[in-house]
Parts: sequence; structure tokens; C-alpha cells
Amino acid sequence: PCLSPGDTSVLAGLYGPAEAKLSKELPDRAALEVLLRPKVGLPGVLERSREQQLRQTCEAVVLGALHPRTAITLVLQVLSDAGSLLSCCLNAACMALLDAGLPLCSLFCGVTCALGPDGAITLDPTARQEQEARAVLTFAIDSRERKVLMTTTKGSCSVEEMQQCLAAAQRAADTVFQFYRDSLRRRYSK
Amino acid sequence: FRTVEPLEYYRRFLKENCRPDGRELGEFRATTVNIGNTGSITTADGSALVKLGNTTVICGVKAELAAPAVDSANKGYIVPNVELPSLCSERFRSGPPGEEAQAASQFIADVIENSQMIVKEDLCIANGKLAWVLYCDIICLDYDGNLLDASVFALLAALKNVQLPAVLINEETGLSEVNLKQKTPLIIKKHPVATSFAIFDDTLLIVDPTAEEEDLATGTVTIVTDEEGRLCSVHKPGGSPLTGAKLQDCITRAITRHKEVKKLIDKVIKSITPK
Repeated sequence: PCLSPGDTSVLAGLYGPAEAKLSKELPDRAALEVLLRPKVGLPGVLERSREQQLRQTCEAVVLGALHPRTAITLVLQVLSDAGSLLSCCLNAACMALLDAGLPLCSLFCGVTCALGPDGAITLDPTARQEQEARAVLTFAIDSRERKVLMTTTKGSCSVEEMQQCLAAAQRAADTVFQFYRDSLRRRYSK
Repeated sequence: FRTVEPLEYYRRFLKENCRPDGRELGEFRATTVNIGNTGSITTADGSALVKLGNTTVICGVKAELAAPAVDSANKGYIVPNVELPSLCSERFRSGPPGEEAQAASQFIADVIENSQMIVKEDLCIANGKLAWVLYCDIICLDYDGNLLDASVFALLAALKNVQLPAVLINEETGLSEVNLKQKTPLIIKKHPVATSFAIFDDTLLIVDPTAEEEDLATGTVTIVTDEEGRLCSVHKPGGSPLTGAKLQDCITRAITRHKEVKKLIDKVIKSITPK
């Protein structure tokens, strides 16, 4: 479990806080915008839905009240997709927010769980494992108390299975946060 | 006071565990549903009108013929489309569908896919040559919060009302002949029901939020369950963090709601079938 599990990679660019257009500016907080560009083709309905999820997740952690009437734009470009795409986007978004030095109230990380036909839980599944799975659940876990910031499910599962996946994801989140710490340490120790 | 400090106004009510419109925190608004020809679209193959308090959503299903995709030659298509026209609320402008409409369309498509409510193989008429395409148009007529619940309910009710005519393929000409006299109802395997919650101040969860409550909320959660108590979808697009226990509370509430909605749909269907 690392930032590019297998060959999935997402490039994230963050711009802001910059001046916002009059129509988009909010009087008391920063206006966050997320643009997700797929590897092939034009962004469609699926990208819009993912953008909305990413945007609301980021809005929950960014302290927008410190930068009112500004716009923060996050652009994500999918370079390759080999499974666990949404959690890769979440991780890329969080690292971009960290790199830009925006004030955050907590960090978040994305973890994907796939439920195999026999009930086995696989973390960070590859594209093939996702296809064979009965259900694929993606969670965004926050760093302070390991609470759930965002969930999305594909396929159906029972309540107990969901709770088990959630517990497994919360444990895996520790590894991802350690990775964040290591990469930032490397970046700033030069 | 309500217009000047809406959040404080709401907090006062929430402290007493109730809401300005008199509901409890876990209470739904009055739900009414109109299926089929009684007041809904007569030109569509199936239709339903759902009112959840003030939120009004109408769903029309049109069945058309098309060639199936090359890689899934025995599957038909279901194409949901959610529209939020500017007449339903002042927050939506006319023009191309905004983010909320697109995200809602994607959510409905996911629910249909995840819950397997319609098996796509049932929609196939001739392998590789002809299949049904069900265009489901969900249009909001009045937006007062909780769009996703009402849309899923309207979709379910409309699909239950759909009657597909029998289609024969003429061997000689290769064309299809539609027999409008012989109609069979659509087979619906599962009945997913959505329950939405709004999160306030990181702790309080209220069910079935109105538009005002949605604006003031710090996050939303939508849970879709089917008859067996399985989760078809847990949709929490960002917003305040929730613990696993709180999520569990939401799920139990959603399962209870499912039973209420199922009873309502069955009652309405029974009341229109004798005609």
C-alpha cells in the first residue's frame, strides 16, 4: 500500500489561494474547485461525480475561513489506471494540499477495499481484482481520529462486511500517513 | 432571526431534539407517490411522481430499441438522467447540467448497477442484434432537499410500472415488429431504497433534510439498502468526518426506512392493478 499502488498514477496540481471570479467567490471562505481529467477522452458524468466527492472531502479539511473570497483550484490528471484510482486521487490531492502549504485541520488518505466472492478483503486492489470482486469500497480516512470523511461503494455487500472493510482501511491508513511523513521529510531535508 | 442567523436559529431547535417544521430528528416528511396513468405521463412507457414533503420528482421511462454493445452482446441498456431545471429552485441556472445534476445521475446509475435491480440480460431480445434501451428521465419539479431519496424512489416506482411490448424479428426482412397489444411487465429483482442524512456540527445526524437544512449542514450521507438488508451504496461525498459507530446508526435507520417505503409502494401498486 503506497501512493502509486502498482501502476496507477495521478498527477495533482494545486493553484491558490488566488483571486476568484466575482461569480464564484464566497464571502466567508475560500471557494474550492476540483478538475479531474481522465487519461483518455473528455471528462464525463463519472468525473463530475468524483470531482464533487473530492471537492467536499477537501472542503472539510481546508481551513477556508482563513482565506475568504479566494479560489483554490486542484487539477488532477490521470496518467495511468491499474485499479484503486479514486484512492490514488485522494492521496494525490492531500499531498498537493500539503505541498502548497495550505492551512489544514487534518490530513486524509484514500484506501480502497475489494470484497472477493468468498468474502476475502483485499486492500489496494488491482484492476483485475476490482473486476472480479463482489464489491469495491473506497474510504477517505482522516488523520486525527481515523474517522470516515468520504465513502463510495460499488456493488453490494452486507453491513458486517462493510464494517470489517472500514476497520481494515483504518488500519491501513496508518501506513499511508507514515508514507506522507517520509516523503515530506525527504523533500524538506535537502 | 431566521434570515439573519440561520445556523443559530437551527441550533436552538436541535438542542431540544426537534426541527423548525415540527419533525423529530429521525422523522421523514410525508411521502406520497403517484404511479402510471393516474396523473403522471401518459406518453411514457412507465412513470411515477413522488412527493417527499415539498420535494417533487417525476420519473418517466421510455423503452427504445437499439443494437447491443459489441462486448456485451446479450445485455440491454438502462440510461438514467437526472435533470434539475431552473424552475425547481433559484439555485439552478438554465443551461448545461450542473455538477449536482451530473453527480446525481452518476449516483442513480451506480445504484442500478450495484443493486442489480434489473438484470441487463432480461432486456436483450436477440443476441447481438437487438436489445431494449430504457431511458429513465428523472426531473425535479420542486427542490426542497433530499433529492437522491426522492429520485431513487421515483425510479423504482416508474420501473415497476413499465410494460414492455413483445418484439418479433421478421426472419425474411431482418426488421423488428413491435406488438403493442402484448405487453409484459419489467422484471425487477431488487428494490433499493435510499435514505439521506445531514450532519450538523460534526455530531448531530438528521434524517431527510430540507433545502435549508442541507445548506446549513456540514456534510451529507446517503445509504441505499435492499430487501435483504444488504448495502447497495454508501455515499458520503466528503463533509465532516464520521465514526464507524455513527455510520452504523445511519444504516440501521436506513433499514427501517426501507420497510416503510416498500409497504407504501406495494400498497400503491395493488391499488392500480385491477384497472
